[in-house]
Amino acid sequence: MLRRKFLKILTSSLAVLTTGLLTSIKTLAGWNQEAFSAKDFNAAINAYFPDQNINESDKIQIGVYDEIENGAVVPVKVETSLKNVDRITIFADKNPNPLIANFNLLQNCVAFVSTRIKVSEPSNIIVIINANNKLYMAKKFIIVHENGCG
Amino acid sequence: MASTIRLKTKIRNNITTVRAIIRHPMETGFRISDETGKLVPEHYIKKVLVKHNNNIIFSCDWSRAVSKNPYLSFMFENSKVGDKIEIAWFDTEGKNETLETLIQ
Repeated sequence: MLRRKFLKILTSSLAVLTTGLLTSIKTLAGWNQEAFSAKDFNAAINAYFPDQNINESDKIQIGVYDEIENGAVVPVKVETSLKNVDRITIFADKNPNPLIANFNLLQNCVAFVSTRIKVSEPSNIIVIINANNKLYMAKKFIIVHENGCG
Repeated sequence: MASTIRLKTKIRNNITTVRAIIRHPMETGFRISDETGKLVPEHYIKKVLVKHNNNIIFSCDWSRAVSKNPYLSFMFENSKVGDKIEIAWFDTEGKNETLETLIQ
């Protein structure tokens, strides 16, 4: 009997937690339709970072192979020695929609992210980092043999 | 049903590394099905959210160009074994899933 009661409490508290996280996802505005739908790189950055200057930086390391057979799975690792990084955004300038992924680094995050993306053709992989409320950019050209977006 | 999310954590020098793989088709809407010869409708994860002990520490906004079965890794400081980690994804069809685990 006690065990059943305990399980009931456990289940209800889990349900509350789950709802809490999902509610915050739905209310977490900022999935920028205009930027994600943009069909060229300049339109994407104008929609995503309106009226902001972006400076090239040699403090951003983009870990990606120079040449990739299959563009459907391109591992990308971003690291930087810039301080107070709260946003890392990845683009491929020749993709049908160049904006690929944005990562928001909140409390206590290290300036690092690693993921896998699709790239349609030889492109610049462009990373824009927001650090101390300024935007920094680096790029690396990669060759892709097989379109990963089709 | 088994979770679509696999999540691993590792602490070294006060830095926790999180690695996650989510089972998801991440359909771009540009792909033609080998079976039907028709375009497969878009279906991809738009948001991922991660909480550490009920505080949001990391979130993602994704496009259709994140690879199928997305992989994600990031690192954060000031956590300890037994702390709670929650991860949730939310896709274009309104589907979602949350996984809760403890830092190993």
